[in-house]
Order: sequence, then C-alpha cells, then structure tokens
Amino acid sequence: MADNPNPDLDLPETTAPAEKTKRKGIKRRIFLAGSALVVGGGIFGVWWTDSSVKAKGNALIGGEGKPAFGSILTIAEDDTVTVFSPHIDFGQGSHTALAQMLADELDADWSKVAIEQAPADLAFANAALAKGFLPTMAGETLAGLIPDAVIGMMARSMPLMITGGSSAIRFTGEIAMRRTGAAVRAALLAEAADRLGVPERELTTADSVVTHAKSGKSLRYGDLAAGAAQRSLASDPVLKARDQWKLIGQPVPRRDIPAKVDGSAVYGIDFTLPDMRVATIAAAPVRGGTLESVDEAPAMAVKGVEKVIKLPDAVVVIGSGYWPATKGLQALSPKFTDGGHAAVSTPAIYAAQGKLMAGGKPDNEAGEGDVEAAFGAANAKLVEAEYRVPFLHHAMMEPFAMTGHFKDGTLHLWGGMQDPLSTRAKAAKAAGIDVEKVVFHPMIMGGGFGRRFPDMVEIIDQVAVVAKQVPYPVKLVWSREEEVRHGTYRPQSSARLKASLKDGQITAMRMDYAQSGNAEGEVPFIYNLPAASRRHFAYQSNQIDGPWRSVNATQIGFYTESFMDELALAAGADPYEFRRKHLPEGSRHLKVLDEVAKRAGWGTPLPEGVGRGIAIVESFDTIAAEVVEVALKEDGSPKVLRAFAVVDCGTTINPLNAEAQIAGGLIMGLSSAMGEAVTLDKGAVVESNFADYPILKLADAPPAVDVHFIDSGAKTGGIGEPGLPPASPALANALASLTGKRIRNLPVLAQAKA
Amino acid sequence: MAIAFTVNGKPVSVEADADTPLLWVLRDDLGMTGTKFGCGIAACGACSVHVDGNLARSCSVPVSEMVGKSVTTIEGLKSAEGTLHRVQQAWIDAQVPQCGYCQSGQIMAAVALIEKVGTPSDQQIDEAMTNICRCGTYPRIRKAILAATGAAAAAEGAA
Ligand code: FES
Ligand code: FES
Repeated sequence: MADNPNPDLDLPETTAPAEKTKRKGIKRRIFLAGSALVVGGGIFGVWWTDSSVKAKGNALIGGEGKPAFGSILTIAEDDTVTVFSPHIDFGQGSHTALAQMLADELDADWSKVAIEQAPADLAFANAALAKGFLPTMAGETLAGLIPDAVIGMMARSMPLMITGGSSAIRFTGEIAMRRTGAAVRAALLAEAADRLGVPERELTTADSVVTHAKSGKSLRYGDLAAGAAQRSLASDPVLKARDQWKLIGQPVPRRDIPAKVDGSAVYGIDFTLPDMRVATIAAAPVRGGTLESVDEAPAMAVKGVEKVIKLPDAVVVIGSGYWPATKGLQALSPKFTDGGHAAVSTPAIYAAQGKLMAGGKPDNEAGEGDVEAAFGAANAKLVEAEYRVPFLHHAMMEPFAMTGHFKDGTLHLWGGMQDPLSTRAKAAKAAGIDVEKVVFHPMIMGGGFGRRFPDMVEIIDQVAVVAKQVPYPVKLVWSREEEVRHGTYRPQSSARLKASLKDGQITAMRMDYAQSGNAEGEVPFIYNLPAASRRHFAYQSNQIDGPWRSVNATQIGFYTESFMDELALAAGADPYEFRRKHLPEGSRHLKVLDEVAKRAGWGTPLPEGVGRGIAIVESFDTIAAEVVEVALKEDGSPKVLRAFAVVDCGTTINPLNAEAQIAGGLIMGLSSAMGEAVTLDKGAVVESNFADYPILKLADAPPAVDVHFIDSGAKTGGIGEPGLPPASPALANALASLTGKRIRNLPVLAQAKA
Repeated sequence: MAIAFTVNGKPVSVEADADTPLLWVLRDDLGMTGTKFGCGIAACGACSVHVDGNLARSCSVPVSEMVGKSVTTIEGLKSAEGTLHRVQQAWIDAQVPQCGYCQSGQIMAAVALIEKVGTPSDQQIDEAMTNICRCGTYPRIRKAILAATGAAAAAEGAA
C-alpha cells in the first residue's frame, strides 16, 4: 500500500473505552484498500449532480417489462430478479453472496435470481462502500452524522466502485443489498395490498409471491413490479431477524462456476473483436527507468508484426497475434535508463531499513503505557528479535490483458479491474480525452489479490495510449515475465521486536518496523498488555508497493505471532497457553484461539518428525487463528500435513464459499512463506517467471484444510483476506517447534534446507 | 505454412509459423479461449490440453508437431449432446473454482490422470497434479478427483 496520501485525515480512534483495552490506542489511519481512494481534498469537494442519479442508474439496468429499483435490481414479468453488483468478482464469490443477501430480504425465488455486473457508470458508485469505510476514515461519531445523501455524493465523487479491503459483504452487502431487498419487498407488499384491497399486515411473502392467506389470493412479484416501481422506497426498512433468514448463511452454489469448468467464461485476456490485433510490451527493467532508444527494424522484420510503439518507459509491439508480437518484441534490443536506481538491491534495502530503525526516529508511533519504563524495570527479562520479509508478487493467474478501441472519439476498454470507475478516469487522462468519452466494459478476472487497483495498473495507460494511435482494436497482453518484474508488490519490510517478561507475563512489547506504508489502523494489536508500542519507520525504494491480499496484516501478523512464540519459549510456556494468558477474558479472540486448539488437538502427542504451530491475527474485522502441522521432506524442505482454521467474521453469508476463501488464503499464506520472494539487483527485479518465483503446488499444500466458523453475530468481517496472515507465523512456529530453529526471514525454503 | 490436425474431433488447417505454440494457435487463430495462458514456459499448466490422449502444456508445444494429431481442449470434454464430463460435474459439485482461470488446465490434467490410472491414489494425485492454482483450490481439486472416480464414496463406505 502506498503511503497515506492524506496525513491530515489521520484522526484519532474513536472507539468506545471498553474496546480500548484490547486495541491499545491504535490510531485509525484513513484506511484505503490500495491507493484507489486517493481522496486528497476531494472527499468533501463534491461535485453536485442533479438528483436524478438513481433514475439514471435505473434507466441503465431497467427497461420495458423489467422495472428497476434503487439502481441495484430489476424484476421482470416472469419474476426473474436480476441483481447488479457494483463490485467486481475476481473469484471470491461475492456476487453470489451479495445476491443471497438481497434475495433473502426480498423473499425472492432463488432459482430465478440472476446476477450481473453493474455498468461502469457513476450512477453505480457505491454509497454503501463510502459508508462502510467512513468510520475507519473519520471515526464512528463523525460518520454517523453524515446523511446518506451526502455519502452517496461522496461515493460518486470519489468515485467509488472499488473492490478491496474485503469490503463487498461487509459494506455493500450489509448496507446496500439487504436494505434494498427489504425496501423493494415493502413496495411490493404495498402494491399488493392496494390491488387486493386488503391490509398489508395480512399479506405474506415467499418465493417471489405475495399471498393473502385469508382469501387464498396471491400475486407474483412479476405482476407487481411495474406498480411497485412507481412507489418510493423506504430509506430505512425493517430488516429480517437472524432466525428469519432463508438464504443468508446457506451454502448455495456459486453462480459463476459452471462457466468456469467448460471453458466458456470469457476473461479479459479472452476478449476478441473482429479485426483485433494483439500487442505485448517490455517496460524498463528498472522501475523508474525510461526508454532511451530502440531500433524498430528487427521487430518489423518478423512475420505478423505490424507496428512498434514507443512509450516513455516501454516499447510495445503490435502483431496479428500474441506469438508474432512476442517474437517481434524479443527481436528488439531496447536501451533503457536505470532512472538513477542502479544501487538499489534487496540487501541494500534491508540495510537501509535496519539503519533507519536504529536511528530511532519513527514516522508514526502508536500504543499505550510506558514501554521504556517496563523494559528498564528490575528483574525484567528482555527478549529481542529481528525479522525480514521480501517483496511479494501477486501472481494472479491471468496476466494483465486489456483491449482498447478508439473509434469516433470514444475509447472503449475491455478488461478486469477492481474499480471500473477509476479505470475510466485513468484511461481518459492517459488518452487526453474527456472521461465521458471512455466506456469501460468490465470482464471476469483471473485473480486479483490487490493487483488490480487501477491507480497502480499501468496497462490502463498503456492501452489507452496505444489504442489512440491505431485504427483497429488492440488487445495488450503482458507476458508473465512482465507481470513478475513490474508488480506493485507486498512491500519488503523489516522489524525489530522487543519485549520484557516478568513472572511469565509480558510487561511490555515494542515493534519497530520499516517499510513504505504505515500499518496502523489496519492491523489491530489484539493482546492485552500493560504497555505496547508500534513504531513505523517510512522507507521507500524505487518499487511501487501495493496492497497484496490482506495488505499489511501479512507482515505485521508474521512479526507479532512469531515473536509471541519466542516469548513463550523464553517464559517456558506453551505457545497456546501463553497467548491465552494475554488475551482478554471472554473476548472473541480467546474463543477463536480455544476453538482452533481444540479442533487441532493442541497438546496431544504428534508422530515422530512432526511439529505443530499456532497463530492468531485479526484483519478486516475478522479474527482468524490457525494451527499447522509440518514435517520435513527428504530434501529438508517443509511439508504441511494438516491445517486448521477457526474464524470469527461475525456472520458467514455463504459458508461453502467462505470456507474456500479461508482455505485459499491459508494456502496462499503458506505459499508465500515457503518460497516466494521478489528480489532486486541493480534496481531491477531478478525473478522472471514461475520457475524462479515458486508458487505452492497441490502436493505441498495440506490435503485438506479444516475450516470452522464461529457465528458470533458481531459486525460482518471480511473473508477474502483474513485467512492468509496467520499461515506464515503458524508455519514458522511449527518449524521452530520441530527443529528448534527459529526462522526470522522469509521465505523459509532456503533456510530450512540449510 | 498450412498445418492440418484435429481439434475436438474436427479437422482444422491453420496458417502459422512452425514455431508457433499450439496455445496461441488455439486462442488467436481458432478463437478457442478456454485454454489459458499463464506462464508460457510449461511451469503452470493453465494451457493443458490432450494431444492424442496425452497431457500436454500447449504453450510449449510447437504447432508444427501437431500435424495429423488429435487435440482435445476443455471445450471438447462435454459429450456430443452437451453433457458435462464427470470430472467437470465433480468440479461443480465440489465448488472447486474461485477465479477459475487455472481450472481448464486443472480439469484437463485430472481427466488425463483418471484416463491413465482409473482411480488415482492420493500419491498419484500429488504426482500428477502439478498445475498452479493461485487461489489455493487444491483441497477441493483433490476432493473432486476422488469424487469423480468414486474413490471418495468408497472411502466413506469403508469408514
Ligand atoms: S502457460 Fe503453459 S504451462 Fe503455463
Ligand atoms: S481458481 Fe484462481 S488460480 Fe485456480
């Protein structure tokens, strides 16, 4: 994640005092899932649209015989309810879950619910998202004072159509989908009452039918929709109580899956137009470098190559297909500058970060209590450790691909991005045209993991500029090498942790960490200690640090939870019992930890050669604890045999899908901890493809992940990201218990074998 | 040069340079985009197809080697009547895909494995299923393979 673009909005936390004990006065930084929300002064510098925004949205999705409601759904005469999701689904299953939430409140017939992507238009800017993020941004009290109408305007002005921060269900689902479903149901009821001439309270709804039991009469939603659409929607409709839910909480199959098993799903990279050409690109190997010169002739000599385009920092070859374009590109010998970054290397970054922390001048400090005093107290046992984690590549399986066609002054774009609205804005800027002249057609995405936030996605600019120079549609496809070497990585980061122990209890803990972004406000400190402090030392390399699945919780979780095990060892305590002692009595955290220990059989004997590790991290309002059991293979590399995850995300909307998200996050966490690292030499990325950037494969993943949800009914948390952070410390802790060797630098592979 | 072979039972003839990988002929020339590009160096398996019944990573097979051969892609797995292959059905039943991008390749690899060994053991699944899934769907992939071969039911029955 980029640095806080707007430090002025760094407001103190406003949570209730009762919460304070466990959150240790962590400051609530304006939390932006990626830099997509670079608000600057713009957040309240709202442009006032006319009051017909909803009407425009409705006009875009609705039509003859298909009235629209709240610019979120339509109800057709045949009762088909189509839900338009303002979020992109890049595999996390949120489309199905959002529709479940709306359909439940609407009492719709699930077999007749269809799901579509909302068009990339300001009318669909997501007010719910603004509302959801607002408490994090401005504090609960302030947020509560801002009327919905203003929030809607803010969403449109930001503009907000992003998917990230595990926000879809937490905010859009809870705020927009459920309420809209309930409000539309109320309108349908009112319409039915009028038509049947009976009081509303005598009517019931189920499976898209309104029934009057007394008279035995009923009306279908399809019959009622046109009339109901003329009524105004209640702004604060009564929502169902939990025991009335029929779809929320049910493991309904995901709607997108059939097209993903027969090859018919069309991803951005699959999009084709008649007459389309395919282009590929090589950007300056050193981030920040520029294109000095290139002789186009060798590429032009390749059969099928049509054009070479020079960009300020890259060269593009257009051909009749990807292969000719690639051959053309490979024939070139472009000269790039290094942008003055030749001295940047992985060891140099670690050294600089170490020096920065040693200097002791943090850019941000959060915490409570007198840490120094506790460290200096008589009989305090001090423990210190340093940790390091590398840059990580997102490795979404679908490399970037985007199609552009500039025709009659309008630029059409097809591709998959986490925020359709800012994709338009970015393309317009790059092409030097009005944003109204850009039409973005969102496509399915082959993974995202934080890489597809438009602000950091160069391909939008690239394709906009290239498309403007050619008369035909052109699809720009990045090679995997381009993808690996020009990422917006999880930041390379270092940390120094120090704690004092007395009578087996932690009396104080300090974490100093050096990296680009400040993680405060994003990863709560969950332990109840007399004194705790986290200090951020800002360090920026020549790379672009981006949000990587679970953002800062990966490294902060790894640091804290590895160190907790080191402290347990120093205190001569069991790592699980030691954590228990430092979590508040009766807390959700303690329940989650106890449950995972129980399910994993913590404390029961293990077979020879097997180690067990535990970790617990809260991120995105979800608490996740994991236990892994690990053994060493013949070559000394670790293999995870069993894995357990217990999660409290408040409520699970779709347990079947939530389980997949948590298991997938856990496996991605193991993968990154095991072998992934983007390293730099002379300012350029060394790795190039999956051969030297290894992703965990099936044989090395746990055969099954035991995932269990605690339905606490607390505020709905995210599920896409929180499964990931506990995995790497749980693995390191398991290895330490097995081998006695503490892994403090990721990835583990090289060290485990040594 | 014109290269003639069969794709999903239909004869095709394409004009392409001899070194063009089969993947790009399928995707760019034949418009069959179910077979995916992930790495281009035979490291991820997203491009997996069957060539004369054998699993192949089409990004690393030159089309010139296809002369006279029979290629099956994800689009060709369904029966002539459009019924899903039992492995595809197992994938839906187990709700395997997340982003789904790797799944054409995973399914082609699983079908090849099942055609070769019948009912694969866990170890055979480990050895054969080397395709990358960044979304981490591996546990469900294993489950679906076992279900497709009846191994899961057998194991439950025994338990
Ligand atoms: S694209 Fe062929 S193996 Fe990755
Ligand atoms: S489902 Fe996304 S990569 Fe496998």
